[in-house]
Amino acid sequence: MTHIKVTVDGVKYADEVEPRLLLVHYLRENLGKTGTPVGCDTSNCGACTVLMDGVSVKSCAVLAVQADGSDVTTIEGLANGELNPVQRAFHEEHALQCGYCTPGMIMAATDLLRDNPHPTDAEIRDGLEGNLCRCTGYENIVRAVKRAAQAGVAP
Amino acid sequence: MTATVEAPAPQIGQARLRKEDAKLLTGQTNWTDNIKLNGMLHMAFVRSPFAHAKITRVDVSGALQQQGVIAAFSGADLEQASLPCAWPVTPDIVIPVHLPMAVDEVRYVGEAVAVVVARDRYAAADAVASVEVDYEPLPPVLDMYAALAAGSPKVHEAGNKSYEWVFANGDMDAAVNDAPVVLERTYRQQRLIGCAMEPRAVVAQWIGDEVTLWSSTQIPHVLRFALSAFFGIPEQNVRVIAPDVGGGFGSKLQVTAEEALAVLVSRKVGKPVKWTESRTEGNLTVHHGRDQWQQIKIAADRDGRIRGLAVDLLADMGAYLMIVTPGIPLFGAFMYPAIYKMDAYSFRCTGVFTTKMPTDAYRGAGRPEATFAIERIMDELAVELGMEPLELRERNWIRHEEFPYTTVAGLTYDSGNYEAATAKAKELFDYDALRREQAERNARGDTVRLGIGISTFTEMCGLAPSRVLGQLAYAAGGWEHASIRMLPTGKVEVVTGSSAHGQGHETAWSQIVADQLGVPFEDIRVLHGDTQISPKGMDTYGSRSLAIGGIALVQACDKVIAKARVIAAAMLEASADDLEFSAGRFSVRGDPEAAKSIQEIALATFAAHALPDGAEPSIDSDATYDPDNFSFPHGTHLCATEVDTETGFVKIRKYVSVDDVGVVINPRIVEGQVHGGVAQGIAQALYEEGVYDDDGNLITTTLADYLVPAAPDLPSFVADRTTSPASNRLGVKGVGEAGTIASTPAVVNSIVDALRPFGVRDITMPCTPERVWRAIQSAQGGTA
Repeated sequence: MTHIKVTVDGVKYADEVEPRLLLVHYLRENLGKTGTPVGCDTSNCGACTVLMDGVSVKSCAVLAVQADGSDVTTIEGLANGELNPVQRAFHEEHALQCGYCTPGMIMAATDLLRDNPHPTDAEIRDGLEGNLCRCTGYENIVRAVKRAAQAGVAP
Repeated sequence: MTATVEAPAPQIGQARLRKEDAKLLTGQTNWTDNIKLNGMLHMAFVRSPFAHAKITRVDVSGALQQQGVIAAFSGADLEQASLPCAWPVTPDIVIPVHLPMAVDEVRYVGEAVAVVVARDRYAAADAVASVEVDYEPLPPVLDMYAALAAGSPKVHEAGNKSYEWVFANGDMDAAVNDAPVVLERTYRQQRLIGCAMEPRAVVAQWIGDEVTLWSSTQIPHVLRFALSAFFGIPEQNVRVIAPDVGGGFGSKLQVTAEEALAVLVSRKVGKPVKWTESRTEGNLTVHHGRDQWQQIKIAADRDGRIRGLAVDLLADMGAYLMIVTPGIPLFGAFMYPAIYKMDAYSFRCTGVFTTKMPTDAYRGAGRPEATFAIERIMDELAVELGMEPLELRERNWIRHEEFPYTTVAGLTYDSGNYEAATAKAKELFDYDALRREQAERNARGDTVRLGIGISTFTEMCGLAPSRVLGQLAYAAGGWEHASIRMLPTGKVEVVTGSSAHGQGHETAWSQIVADQLGVPFEDIRVLHGDTQISPKGMDTYGSRSLAIGGIALVQACDKVIAKARVIAAAMLEASADDLEFSAGRFSVRGDPEAAKSIQEIALATFAAHALPDGAEPSIDSDATYDPDNFSFPHGTHLCATEVDTETGFVKIRKYVSVDDVGVVINPRIVEGQVHGGVAQGIAQALYEEGVYDDDGNLITTTLADYLVPAAPDLPSFVADRTTSPASNRLGVKGVGEAGTIASTPAVVNSIVDALRPFGVRDITMPCTPERVWRAIQSAQGGTA
């Protein structure tokens, strides 16, 4: 077991974990942060995307021990009483149906907008290439990210 | 009380934002894998690495020595029963026994042979390797034609043919024999994998003799019935909960081995158990879709009039028949004639066993296959006749003034307007300009060619009239149930038997009930997906929820109003016949000052102090609706592709859909359904295929191999609508599958259209760059 200290959604945690424990399982099983789901086992789908020190990572491709000392933000840490601009844009553009990819998509979109506050449609599509959605055909996700960009959400 | 109350704007037709979104956007979700129960154990399965083998020994004792392992079982250790097939399509169909875990023989890679139960998922996964299984390999059976040949190895003792189902109407010999044009084509419907983003998960918990099963399923009610009917658990002791479900697309319309085993294993170990599949496990063992060979023959006059159509299918059942496996191709049986008039039609489908994962419903279920074949061959016929493909279609389609129209397949289409949808699509697409550009590119020998693909589709949905299902030998009905509970504070609970998993029922159902009862949209809560809260239902598939469940809602509202009317009459000291109900209020005709709202009546029944004699103190109501016909969405989809003839790369330049789904409750939700549906149909055309190697190993087990498209792989969509109302109370048809049914042939037609100058006549799906490039080389007489 290895000792780690991680801040998740503003709360400090210290835990003993197996070195092989995936960050996503640490979040879900140890911390009860079930807002971040798992969609695959090969880091293709992006459903488990979180921000680690402000940068998006697929939390199934990060070991919990690698997150030692990091500040992790999950979908559960975005809203502050009300939806943040990216969440609101997803709502207003109907950019989610079943909602399973949504947490990862929103975290990836957040990182995309941090990197490129005014992306073109093509840049949005390329920027979200690592996140799969089976319901929407991406049309409304692109619209939502554009709407969020227009609202000026870059942190 | 003031008498002049402005009627609220109708909710139906408004693009309301979804009620479902708030929790999904903030991670406050209740996916099955989120569930934790005290003492809960985790299951992991030992699965067959062979496509076909005798099991000669299973020894789980090694697993029991591993840390954290509580129990391990082989198939023989559990009292198993066969998983059900609810659709014995012919009297002599072969339905093999299908145990949740194989005991004597495995018949596909991934079939479960043992289960390990441990304190956490890592320990369970570790211990799988300690179970010893000895196999005696048998020859795999992978090709449907070879499977039917004499001397083929057998998947089951009874042979490799499950059934042969036929339909014929009209004089096919007369239609074909002296027809000036007869075309025959063979099309391949590749095997697809549903890939809902949420992997399947189950949790089972026994308390005394009662069991609760949480499952990521589309069909909690059917599942409850099946667990009771086939596994001997009294139905009143079974509760099934479908919590938040992350997509289905037919892939969660199943009674699965893992659901049954969770129930059996949990009872055996006396603790709740959970199982969540990995994506790899899911690609192996979630039922697959499509997988057919389609031979289609069309006979026509020189002027383009279709005389007859003959279809002969081989449909891959896989290794076993699951809940509706054999019936899936038969939905297609009625759809090959599509929107076209003709004299004769014949259909034959042979269901074939192979040593692969069973097939079953996948978005569209039989109808995409049919639509693909007819729309592909219509393009080929147009070329043969030298006609513009849209003109050929128009010459044969049912004109709008001819509805209702009974097709040669025996369906009566109640409404439609193919002219209007096509005209709108052509305009949005700028059809003539794109045709001109295509000609210019061809004339100058551009290396990137432009193709235009057409799909003027219809489908049958709103499953289904129970009598028709009975005639087709389906084991259940096609009704749907709804309840309205009027709460004392004036709020409303709506209970629906149609269990949503992304479709937006909570929003759309609220809109319907708001209009019917005149209560605020915000005051309505929609409940579903738990057999204790919603005890009666037929669940969600086949674009049935609105066309069946929506009408059940309206009928339940009718009953609420009828019961309330009696009480309102007493409260207003008027005759019930003199009351008008509008915008949520009963008022006395000629005296609009005298009125009672439905909320006031709900409160009056709660107190029940002064109800009229004989009135029960409740205006809650239920209704169960069974339709008398299917509904028939239709539309025209146009696709322009740019095909790089040097690389074979296909880029969708423009995609326009005009769908007629009848009256629309929420245009925002409808548009989203079309987008997603079109995306899945494009995925079949260009990207996705479940591939088995020569030994019967699935080699597309991950999302790196099975290419679910990402955002850069898809175009922006132009989605518009026309409206010809269906002949039900709401005028609604259904939209869940339309895009998937329509889009696949539009894309492939456009690619072939782009490459006709090179002599290309067909490309097998998915149209990968390699296949497109090889098709060009081959048509040019190259050696590729």
